[in-house]
Amino acid sequence: MSQRPHNCCGDYTRSQLLRSAAAEAGKGLPIIEPGMPEPAGTGLSRRKFLSRSAGLALAVYGASKIPLSAFETGIAQAATGDKVLVSVFFDGGIDALSVLAPVGDPRYSQLRPNLALSPETGTPFSEDTRLNWHPAAASLATLHAEGKVSAFPAIGYDHPDQSHFTSRHFYEVGELAVGFRTGWLGRYIDLVGDSENPLQGLSMDGSLSPMIATAEKPVAAIDSVDGYDLWAPVSDPIDSEMYRSFARFGALPADSPALAQVRKATAQTDKLRQDLGGIGGFTSPVAYPDTYFAHKLAGLAAFIAAGLPMRAVTIRAAGGYDTHSDQAGDLESNLRETCEGLLAFQRDLEARGLADRVMTEMWSEFGRRPEENGSAGTDHGAAGCAFVIGSKAKGEMVGEFPGLASLDANENVRVTSDFRAMYCALLEQWLGQDAGPIIPGASGFARPTLVKA
Amino acid sequence: MGRTSRRANLLKGTSSPADNPEEPHRVFPRMAIPRTPEKAAKPKRHHRRHRLHVWKDKHYRWVPDGNGDWRVQGYMYRHHHKPKRGHFRGPGKKPARRAPAPAAAATFNPDPRPPGAYQGPFGVEQATRLINRAGFGPVPGQAEHLASLGLVGAVQSLTRPSGAATLSGPPPVDDDGAPIAPADVWGHDHIWWLDRMVRTDQPLVERMALVFHDWFATSIDGVSKPQQMIDQSNLFRSACFGSFLDLFRAVTIDPAMLQWLNGAENRKGAPNENYAREMMELFSLGADRGAYSEDDIREQARALTGWRYDWSGEQGAHNFRFDPRLHDTANKTVFGQTGNWGWEDACRLCVENPLHPSFFVAKLWSYFVPQPPSAAIADGLISTYRGSGWQIRPVLETILISPDLYEGPAMVKPPVVQLAGMLRALGRYVDTDAWTWLCEPAGQVLFRPPNVSGWDDTRWLDTSRMRARWNIVDYALDGISVDAWNGSYSTTESADEALARAVASWGSPALRAEHRAELLDFSQRAEKTVAASWQRGPYRAMRQNALLQLIGISPDTILQ
Repeated sequence: MSQRPHNCCGDYTRSQLLRSAAAEAGKGLPIIEPGMPEPAGTGLSRRKFLSRSAGLALAVYGASKIPLSAFETGIAQAATGDKVLVSVFFDGGIDALSVLAPVGDPRYSQLRPNLALSPETGTPFSEDTRLNWHPAAASLATLHAEGKVSAFPAIGYDHPDQSHFTSRHFYEVGELAVGFRTGWLGRYIDLVGDSENPLQGLSMDGSLSPMIATAEKPVAAIDSVDGYDLWAPVSDPIDSEMYRSFARFGALPADSPALAQVRKATAQTDKLRQDLGGIGGFTSPVAYPDTYFAHKLAGLAAFIAAGLPMRAVTIRAAGGYDTHSDQAGDLESNLRETCEGLLAFQRDLEARGLADRVMTEMWSEFGRRPEENGSAGTDHGAAGCAFVIGSKAKGEMVGEFPGLASLDANENVRVTSDFRAMYCALLEQWLGQDAGPIIPGASGFARPTLVKA
Repeated sequence: MGRTSRRANLLKGTSSPADNPEEPHRVFPRMAIPRTPEKAAKPKRHHRRHRLHVWKDKHYRWVPDGNGDWRVQGYMYRHHHKPKRGHFRGPGKKPARRAPAPAAAATFNPDPRPPGAYQGPFGVEQATRLINRAGFGPVPGQAEHLASLGLVGAVQSLTRPSGAATLSGPPPVDDDGAPIAPADVWGHDHIWWLDRMVRTDQPLVERMALVFHDWFATSIDGVSKPQQMIDQSNLFRSACFGSFLDLFRAVTIDPAMLQWLNGAENRKGAPNENYAREMMELFSLGADRGAYSEDDIREQARALTGWRYDWSGEQGAHNFRFDPRLHDTANKTVFGQTGNWGWEDACRLCVENPLHPSFFVAKLWSYFVPQPPSAAIADGLISTYRGSGWQIRPVLETILISPDLYEGPAMVKPPVVQLAGMLRALGRYVDTDAWTWLCEPAGQVLFRPPNVSGWDDTRWLDTSRMRARWNIVDYALDGISVDAWNGSYSTTESADEALARAVASWGSPALRAEHRAELLDFSQRAEKTVAASWQRGPYRAMRQNALLQLIGISPDTILQ
């Protein structure tokens, strides 16, 4: 471990260190030693988080050969209480008629002779007595009872498209058009983000979600919350020269889009290596279910608590939801894993005092056909469900459940709320950003109230 | 020996204790969570007492100039004893000029080329691009050989292979040196195919099988037996140059596909429209082009009814067959044509749809050339396709000799293509099953595409996937990277020599000038870190490892 001695006296606070380093721009950050005072007034526990990381004191500050980067300013900004939006995607088109099952609708059991939930299963949905929460969504029902869930029982858009890929693209880019290059959250980051901080848009599934695809500002993907390192049989002092050359590969000019793509990924990979290199382990104040999805959320809560400068985070719900056959079993286990993970995440944020800074949005590309198919499954439908979860969530249903008595021209559930209206409301009420420059036609959508005053 | 301990050895230069039976990457049977091997411990520095005083002295020596000749280089020599006045400071006699590198096929075979074909020189550079895109990169000497065949000859040597493929070199083994079991052991299906990519003498067959694996993307996640996935890939191998209609029909009733898109759960009176939709949207017509309506999908689903299989705990899904009792024999109207259509008609109706040929040629083109074809080229491809009765080979051959392939911009290699190419260049064979869990974070595990639309070629690179490629390069260099701490590495290797050695290890690929310059600069910077005599060898060894790694993760390796 190359711990170089620092040349500052121990009485400095971290924010003073930052200031003095900034004053000596280009000279690099001084090292923060164990036992140094926390940055005044920020309540950051980043130091602790990092020093718990497999016993390493090496991280963004420690051993820093990094100049004072915008990553640092990002942390300073995050510390002032930036809001974080977490987007959870049910991949494949979750069956909204199972999550909030219309057990009180007379047509439900006719259309779903094998798949209909019985009226006795699940918790009643207090805002519409026709609907019951699926038993696997009991965790969501718990949060709803606490007033922390706003439900959209029939969300979608006019002339719904039943292609996974087209409809998902609409949701990802926030517009009913194919071929958009930037996601709706990516455009938000382009507007307000930092040009040096890849953590401001973070996908946690091992690949970048198109939702946070930006035109200019860096964003990042990780496949594990347990570390981000690059392996090579090369150690100090040769490794730092190697990484420098790697970073320079990313900074050279490009004469083709593919080369530009490699260069961009190279530069951001090296940046993330510097930013996350020392992060190795974390502890959570609450118990999480022992699932991969929950582990990622536990890591996310720890990241937020550590003050990592994040704004938009995307994560896929556990499992897949394209339930063309044997829907009951698959949906049950995947939905349960997802909802239980989210409940633990919310409790974690509450325990850490961060619940007022984080809002979670759950969505899917469409709902499924009310009439079940011949394989104990359901085919692609139209209106689906979405949820906004958080201590600051308004907790009121948006758009009513339209019932199954009258369906659309393709025998699918009619839409009673538009996903772009949800995006506009999240941008303006939660992220404090005018939706006009981000969502095309934003002025045409009536904003539901999603955030508590 | 486990990977982690091997790595640690490489660094520490010590022998490992007994093999660790709990190797982190082999304890999970089906779970797709690769564990990150523990970071290798940093080596213990050999602490030597600092000399109280050294006498620094400017000396001169001959170093290779990169062009086969030598140049004088000044360097700081550290005397351990006070040097005498006027002692020899170099550089001495100039060494003999080294033999020049063999000229890379300066002349090209002026083969007759059809109009519309690429008309420029077809040398090693162009042949390398061809074998990168129509295969998995060259083995040493292959690009030179292809160049000698001329453009048309080289393309036809790939598109018209004779007989069965020969796999040369040692067969694949797992980490224990045991033969792989692709139908039985998790992850061995992936390395089974990777091995074929590395060892085949018919690379385009494997590449086209990969193209159709992406085109008709089927995942083991929805299929009961790995053997059914392997059988499907063999279908792609055998049918990849023939009639698209034949291939389409074979895929439609392929057991893996019948499970994956519920074709065998689509019965008279209880249709399942999953396959009907995707066969139009993804396989033959494309979304949002006005080629079909929601009603067409529902009618098509009825045409496709009738397939079934049996299930048993031992055999999984088996005995796939058409059962007339399950087939809907009423008339269906698809694309305005009414009849008692069955599954063969369903495929034919799609291929006969006026919007199919334009979809087919654009999609096939996109696997080989990054920018879409001009309208004129697309029209030519469409008429070739129509005129041949939906044959794949003529369209493919036209694409592979088109100017856009040789003169147009680069493409990002899919991770598996990059990996297979690296093993071919390095002369390595498949000797570890680590490739499966290493490829997963890179975004591509064979037989496990992310969904039915296949892999997204525009999203191969982000911070997570780039890190995975870096780590794949590290593993690919296992056994080629040197042990920094066993005291055997040269203590005098120059910066140029180090770079030349690393490039040669990679099979002497062409590097862009700015990358070569950066690598040389690194090599020189690394040399400057040597501050004590004990560091001369170890630091040079680590420099070599770093150069190998940097070449493997450079755009020159990632792009095709």
